[in-house]
Amino acid sequence: MNINLTIIGQIVAFLAFVVFCMRYVWPPILAAMEERQQKIADGLAAADRASHDLELAQKEAVDRLSEAKKEASAIVDAANKRASTVIDEAKAAAVVEADRVKELASAEVEREKAQAREQLLSQVSALAMAGAEKVLAAEIDAEKHAALLEQLVKEQ
Amino acid sequence: MAAAGEEKTVSDYIVHHLTNLTYGKLPEGFERHDGDTVAAGGEWTFAHGADEIAAMGFNAVHVDSLGWSIGLGLVFCMLFRWAAVRASADAPSGLLNFIEMIVEFIDNQVKDTFHGKNKLIAPLSLTIFVWVFLMNLMDLIPVDVVPELMLFAGVEYQKIVPSTDPNITMGMAIGVFFLMLFYSIKVKGFGFVRELTMNPFNHWAFIPVNLFMEVVGLLAKPFSLGLRLFGNMYAGEMIFILIAALFGAGVFWLLPAALLQLGWAIFHILVITLQAFIFMVLTIVYLSMAHEDH
Repeated sequence: MNINLTIIGQIVAFLAFVVFCMRYVWPPILAAMEERQQKIADGLAAADRASHDLELAQKEAVDRLSEAKKEASAIVDAANKRASTVIDEAKAAAVVEADRVKELASAEVEREKAQAREQLLSQVSALAMAGAEKVLAAEIDAEKHAALLEQLVKEQ
Repeated sequence: MAAAGEEKTVSDYIVHHLTNLTYGKLPEGFERHDGDTVAAGGEWTFAHGADEIAAMGFNAVHVDSLGWSIGLGLVFCMLFRWAAVRASADAPSGLLNFIEMIVEFIDNQVKDTFHGKNKLIAPLSLTIFVWVFLMNLMDLIPVDVVPELMLFAGVEYQKIVPSTDPNITMGMAIGVFFLMLFYSIKVKGFGFVRELTMNPFNHWAFIPVNLFMEVVGLLAKPFSLGLRLFGNMYAGEMIFILIAALFGAGVFWLLPAALLQLGWAIFHILVITLQAFIFMVLTIVYLSMAHEDH
């Protein structure tokens, strides 16, 4: 328990170790730790930003989707309307066409009927003439009675 | 070795364990333990026994204390330099992580206590904490191992716990004291003189009284700093030695002595860390006070 030169040696060694620590130990370790802290802080900030961006993007996606849905339903409505008008127009045209065809057909029928009647009449008159000729062969003078028969035909 | 044998008593054993390996200058005409007389001009040699150490006075070095102290200081420097070289912003692992944990702990302590700007305080605190801890840690090595091995190798004395040597603890405390004075003068300039002379009684007639009180208060700081560590570690070491001496007291003492040894060692893990921590914190506090202007 004597105080001697050891104390001087210890003071020198102490100061030397402190200087070494101050120069070569403390700064690099602390710098590395601070750099890491900065890195972590940056990473956290970036993650925050990313999640915020994601939220925005999701909101935008939802907006766009609903817009698109609205547009699509508008298009479908317009198409439906258009289709029904087309159908109505087609129906009307068909009705008109059908009427026209019917008219044409009935006119044809009328015409044919008149023709047939005319033919029939001429045939009937000829037949009547032939019959009458045969029945009245001798007694009736063809020339005499021709005017009468013709009158008959005309009355028909 | 706890044998209170034929020629070796318990008190011899304890004294042997408490004697430093001392290299110093014996004065002229001193009669050595083997009957030789020191020649004219004195003689540098290893001391044998308390009388020779006392005769050497101040011209002596505790080779063991200083050697272990500087060795442990080098261990600290190499370990932390290794960490400093490898430290990077990537994820640390293993030992590097542990060292960074210590550094961060010290950094927080310094930031809590010291509010000025000084690049020295934090590395100083780190050096003190780790170095004192390593020196205290030597206390946990069983007291007989190293001295016996050294005896076997032909070295007579060996005290392996540097912090049980007042030279070592007071050396560090005086180093801290130098820094206190340096920063007091650097920061306060003439204010430091006023602080010593005009406190606590602010009147010129009280200057001698003030000076006496302030100087005593100032000197008490390094003394309490160094002697606290020395006292705690010396007492702890003493109890280790006493318990070790108990092993030689008979076969019935083996088990109680072993339990005591274990218990004291476990308790001492707390003490050595606490003492290193206290030394560091007080250093920060004193240097912080040196930076404060009234």
